[in-house]
Amino acid sequence: MTTQVRLFLGWALVGVPLIYGLWQTIAKAKNLF
Amino acid sequence: MASFLDRERSVAGPGFNRWLIPPAALAVHLCIGQAYATSVYKTALVKNFDSNNTKIGIVFSIAIVMLGLSAAVCGTWVDRVGPRKAMFAAACFWGAGFLVGAVGIATEQLWLLYLGYGVIGGIGLGIGYISPVSTLIKWFPDRPGLATGLAIMGFGGGALIASPGSQQLMSWYDSNYNPAVASSVASGSAVAKLFVTLGIVYFLVMMYGVFNIRVPAADWRPAGFDPSTLKSKALVTTDSVSAANAIRTPQFYFLWLVLFCNVTAGIGILEQASPMIQDFFRENGTSTVTVAAAGGFVGVLSLANMGGRFIWSTTSDAVGRKPMYMIYLGVGILAYLGLATIGHNATWLFVLLAMLIISFYGGGFSTVPAYLRDLFGTFQVGAIHGRLLTAWSAAGVAGPLIINGFLDAKGTPGKLTVDAYRPALYTMIAILAVGFVCNLLIRPVASRFHEPSSDDAPTGPAPTEREKV
Repeated sequence: MTTQVRLFLGWALVGVPLIYGLWQTIAKAKNLF
Repeated sequence: MASFLDRERSVAGPGFNRWLIPPAALAVHLCIGQAYATSVYKTALVKNFDSNNTKIGIVFSIAIVMLGLSAAVCGTWVDRVGPRKAMFAAACFWGAGFLVGAVGIATEQLWLLYLGYGVIGGIGLGIGYISPVSTLIKWFPDRPGLATGLAIMGFGGGALIASPGSQQLMSWYDSNYNPAVASSVASGSAVAKLFVTLGIVYFLVMMYGVFNIRVPAADWRPAGFDPSTLKSKALVTTDSVSAANAIRTPQFYFLWLVLFCNVTAGIGILEQASPMIQDFFRENGTSTVTVAAAGGFVGVLSLANMGGRFIWSTTSDAVGRKPMYMIYLGVGILAYLGLATIGHNATWLFVLLAMLIISFYGGGFSTVPAYLRDLFGTFQVGAIHGRLLTAWSAAGVAGPLIINGFLDAKGTPGKLTVDAYRPALYTMIAILAVGFVCNLLIRPVASRFHEPSSDDAPTGPAPTEREKV
């Protein structure tokens, strides 16, 4: 596995759940405004 | 398996890309960050155990106290055995904590929940929190604030993932539970299944970190990095101080107080966020801020907490650690003063000031490992960081005690106004002022505490260029 593929998979593993969490939190935060 | 976990087996070969390390660190911190999402099933646990908020809240308190204690006790071990073995231990404790907790929930034995999530899981929290930090500092000697900010941002991000994720899972396990309805409560069986799921998933994700973490070779330097430039910055040492010696220096205790004050002040708002915004904007006994809007405020603070961990820590690489804490504590004082005096005039102003305070709270956590590196070197920075985290445990007890103590004396929840909060807010200002003075008193560590020689500390120009990026 090349370094580029490992970089992509590694950042995707942590990035995708993080984006999901941010998306859900922003949706909740919208209630404030 | 045992040899695979050894530090010697995790030394990176030539050409290893250091940007593979932050995802490995984040894999651990995103998992243990779940600790801040316990509120989503708190009511369900109260109902399951036929208990009350205080008794269930103890579970979280035990976990945070164990975090500080295990980080302090195991810090030297973590530095000795390396990040891979430490992350593996953290994954085992964190995963096992959920499984034992699940048994406690399923059999309605609260002590098992205390033991599982609180004690066993709390040990996983402490080891997991410190395990990647010193490794990141060694991989990013040119940008330690950015590196530790990335990982510790993950701890804030973990709650953002776990909170909606747990609600979704509980709605699958209990068809009567609807997270969109405020009064809906999941069954104990659904929470037990949630714990089993989280225990297994978190263990597997943390194993990604175990398999991918690497320590740099002793002579490794980033491309274009000259360690001699570090020495030119105030407070930054290229010498090494052991953990045993660090706790004999006044700098350690000043920094302990700085972290304690910063965290205590932040918790003052975090603890009361939802009712606080409603109480600040009350007309004729009725709040103009709805429950949904107050929930949105909690979400905004979570974003500020997470963003502050990355943004302020990265900024500290440019402005320096001591000036950064002067901003956290000094501007924090002004922000608290603004909350107490003019915060009730407009919702946007209240939210802006609270966001600033919470971003400084998060920034304080993520900047402190780099501050320790500056003062004590990289030699045993993980162990020193672990000992410093006892300040977090102490603040976790002191912060809520202060705010709740003042509010309890002023009236009953649901009927409080801005006047009830002022004594607590002024107390937080005093606490921040103490932290500000302590930070001012921090000077370079005396040479008598330095190690005679160290292979870990960067002391000369780069002998080779190994990095591909």
